[in-house]
Amino acid sequence: MFKLLIALSALVVISSAYGPAVRATKGQVWPKPQQEEKTSDYFIVRPHTFSFQGPADIGCPSLLDDAFTRYWSIIATSASLERRGRLAEMGKKHTKFWQLDESFLGNLESLKVEVSDECTDDALPDFGDNENYTLTVNADGATLSAQTIWGALRGLETFSQLIYLEQDALVINATTITDFPRFSFRGLHLDTSRHFLPVYIILQTLDGMAYNKFNVFHWHLTDDQSFPYKSRVYPELSEKGAYHPVSKVFEPSDVARVIEYARVRGIRVIPEFDTPGHTSSWGAAHPELLTTCYSNNQPNGYLGPMDPSKDTTYDFINNLFTEVVGVFPDSYFHIGGDEVDFSCWQSNPDITTFMSDNNISSYEGLENYFIQHVVDLLDKLNSKYLVWEEVFVNGVTLPNTTLVHVWRGGGFDTLRDVTKAGKYGVFSSCWYLDHLSSGGDWQKFYECEPLNFDGTDEQKKLVLGGAACMWTESVNEYNVMPRVWPRACATAEKLWSAESVNDFGAAQPRLEEHACRMNMRGIAAQPPNGPGVCL
Amino acid sequence: MLKSIILFSFLVGCALALGPAVLATKGAVWPKPQAEEKTQDYYTILPHGFNFKVPDNVGCPNFLNDALTRYWTIIATAGSKVSQNSWTRFQADGNFLGTLQTLNIDLEAGCESEDIYPKEGDSENYTLVVDAQGATLSASTIWGVLRGLETFSQLIYVEQDSLIINGTTITDGPRFTYRGLLIDTSRHFEPLTIIFAMLDAMAYNKFNVFHWHIVDDHSFPYKSRTYPELSDEGAYHPFSKIYEQSDVARVIEYARLRGIRVIPEFDTPGHTSSWGASHPELLTACYSNNEPNGNFGPMDPTKNSTYDFVTQLFTEIVDVFPDNYFHIGGDEVDFTCWQNNPDVGTFMGENNIATYKELESFYIQHVVDILDNLESQYLVWEEVFVNGVVLPNSTVVHVWKNNGLTTLRSVVQAGKRAVYSSCWYLSDLQSGGDWNGFYKCEPVALIDDEAELDLVVGGEACMWGEYVNEFSIVPRVWPRASAVAERLWSDREVTDVNDAARRLEEHTCRMNKRGIAAQPPNGPGFCP
Repeated sequence: MFKLLIALSALVVISSAYGPAVRATKGQVWPKPQQEEKTSDYFIVRPHTFSFQGPADIGCPSLLDDAFTRYWSIIATSASLERRGRLAEMGKKHTKFWQLDESFLGNLESLKVEVSDECTDDALPDFGDNENYTLTVNADGATLSAQTIWGALRGLETFSQLIYLEQDALVINATTITDFPRFSFRGLHLDTSRHFLPVYIILQTLDGMAYNKFNVFHWHLTDDQSFPYKSRVYPELSEKGAYHPVSKVFEPSDVARVIEYARVRGIRVIPEFDTPGHTSSWGAAHPELLTTCYSNNQPNGYLGPMDPSKDTTYDFINNLFTEVVGVFPDSYFHIGGDEVDFSCWQSNPDITTFMSDNNISSYEGLENYFIQHVVDLLDKLNSKYLVWEEVFVNGVTLPNTTLVHVWRGGGFDTLRDVTKAGKYGVFSSCWYLDHLSSGGDWQKFYECEPLNFDGTDEQKKLVLGGAACMWTESVNEYNVMPRVWPRACATAEKLWSAESVNDFGAAQPRLEEHACRMNMRGIAAQPPNGPGVCL
Repeated sequence: MLKSIILFSFLVGCALALGPAVLATKGAVWPKPQAEEKTQDYYTILPHGFNFKVPDNVGCPNFLNDALTRYWTIIATAGSKVSQNSWTRFQADGNFLGTLQTLNIDLEAGCESEDIYPKEGDSENYTLVVDAQGATLSASTIWGVLRGLETFSQLIYVEQDSLIINGTTITDGPRFTYRGLLIDTSRHFEPLTIIFAMLDAMAYNKFNVFHWHIVDDHSFPYKSRTYPELSDEGAYHPFSKIYEQSDVARVIEYARLRGIRVIPEFDTPGHTSSWGASHPELLTACYSNNEPNGNFGPMDPTKNSTYDFVTQLFTEIVDVFPDNYFHIGGDEVDFTCWQNNPDVGTFMGENNIATYKELESFYIQHVVDILDNLESQYLVWEEVFVNGVVLPNSTVVHVWKNNGLTTLRSVVQAGKRAVYSSCWYLSDLQSGGDWNGFYKCEPVALIDDEAELDLVVGGEACMWGEYVNEFSIVPRVWPRASAVAERLWSDREVTDVNDAARRLEEHTCRMNKRGIAAQPPNGPGFCP
């Protein structure tokens, strides 16, 4: 029966240019599982008689039930009457195609879900948590087994992607999947300072991340242009430094909502408060934190990076970061440290005096002095941290728990040096979503292999993963979704699937399906492959 | 009062990088008017106390009232609440002229009828005066009134919760008569809601031609009365991805009320694969090793039945679309299929056609004759001119390929009229706000002769649909197409990118506020 349908599709292609540029797959998983076998046997899934069966005695019943509800809704929505009508029309007379078909296994009534580790309803995904799962759909039924609740979430996502609409029926093929991520850190970075993004956009982004098995939301909360984070200890930071003190801020309740929404999807939220550069917006309320710039031995009205020469600077950071570590439950904090402009430090005579008083001979040395203070604060708060690569390159002393975030051109060499020094690396150099070219514009992201540097196996194990970065100079709430999706899906597959999954041409039909799948689930993804349609 | 606010804005920028990259103007018009003077004097506007005053004997009262309702709504939703505080402050200000209660509309020649349709060359000029005596918009046509209403709505800005309009004198008219936007609904289907949003935004940018590239190789979403099988078989979906006759009528009407012409394109003889889904006999069978290989090429120019079909379909199209122009395409004809088909070879021998370019000309000549019989004028893509098809001087040649400035010069030197698009392909992407390149493009850079300049009727921004769908098309087009809108409307000397950046920052937020999902033009920023 399925062969017949496939033959029919081939006939429709009467000339090469008619119809979609790339034909979508049906029921293929993105990112591609590590091991997967499918047969032509299949079940039909009827949403109103289908249910998930969790373990009776699981320690996190709410977490699991929430996930069941989400995925039941996704499955049910994909079989809307309207959509079934559209596909039935395309298939014409083939409705109830399954009735006389030998491969038809019957209706799938349930997915049995097993979680072997203990869990609690307030479980928090942490660095290195197991996300493995196995999924079996065969004549005996369907079973998802995972060690952790996070593995179960990944498996539920896979299960939902295996189901596809064939004419007017939801179909799932007999399938055996053994799956696990290649990298443990699979991040999406979103900048809410250059343009403020409303909370609903962040929640949609987290949905999109779950659909792609991303597990780290790197929230670049503040930067030069605006300070939208509403602090409890220093509310004036956003009152003066946000684009608007009421409508363009993240209230504590907003932040809590984002963290919870991410948590139940197995996504960590790592906040970034970048210092000592990228802090102009802090100066709107607290200019004394920033270095006064001089021209001709006079203050010229401009302010530079944080002033590293004053104890008050560190006191302020101590108070703020104590709050931030309390608000964000993740064990990691991104402390920035990129692109520090030295010219203002150079112009300021007090800085010069301070440097000679403290035997600091270079501005890199002064930057290190600052970062060392910040690092010490976080050590005291028992928080671990990520830093942008400059902090490593400039030689700050860092503990081996530090993750060095490599982002600049020449990133492979930097990653080699980072891992050679025994530090962990997270890679972003080739995954800047603000770099645009005409077309679907994801091949360059897909063809980037993060371990493509000269180093030992031990070094390569220190690369924990990567992050796709959405800097928002040129995106706002109206275009951020189609700018990120499905381009970031390329990064998701590089970070989850086996290294051998690297054929762009083979990925295209699967991403064609996946982009439509995201559209159907409410994600405003743009087209990946040229002319086409989602039905 | 206004001066002190400007000073305040500067002070807030205490460090170079804090805040928006480009500070938006307030009440500056996009595209920039031809002549504009502003004073420090200003009125406030209270929407519930504001009205338009129209002439008694206008020939199209409903048409005009629709426009006035649209613009009253735009002004009202811009938001204002004058508090006692601000009222007291206004009264103490020597520049305060009071509350503006009326815009007088002076439609000098009236208009013919309610079903008036915009035509090429119709005047769009207007003058707008806001001074101590009040506010008056004067135009000789209803189209000029529409353009002036758009300008009036853009002069109004929010200052500390109040709507303000400065004393202003504007004399305005377009540099080019043809200011188009192409939307391709074949590579991806676009729902009607998106097309309406596009037409709204076009009105906000004074575009006046919607070039509807409605069908192409990939799909045929136009539901024909004569040949419904074309979309039944050739659309991406036979009922959810098509334009019914009522949809097309709705688009034409929505555009008409905004002074926008709708020019349909049915591209032949290439870009027609989707026609073959229901009518493969229209297309040339491709051969390999002297056997049909199952593929189809361009329309088959050797069969009378091809021309009969095109005649029937185009007769319908000319009837459905009221514009007196029809875009007949003619671009990118791939000759390989003609070359390997033996029947085509025989036909050429019998008809003394020596080259495939001549064969293409033979085909196009037939189409041109069909349209001449239907008394429709037409646009053609540049290949039709370059390949030497005989064209009447009413033809508009649409220049799109590289070296377009040179091609444009050749077209007008041959006495033909031209529309320019080479530098305005919205599908070509670069990082950033990505509008400077469009803005800096001067279409007539290589043309000096006055008579030749007159033959350049305008230009078009082209949004090819390969990589945009309903989720991405609006921010892909706006505000990038606004750059093209200003190049085509404003004076040739309006070329200052920094000045434009400040106005476009405001204009983008204005479009956002009016419901257009425009992307940021200039880097970090926000809309108040």
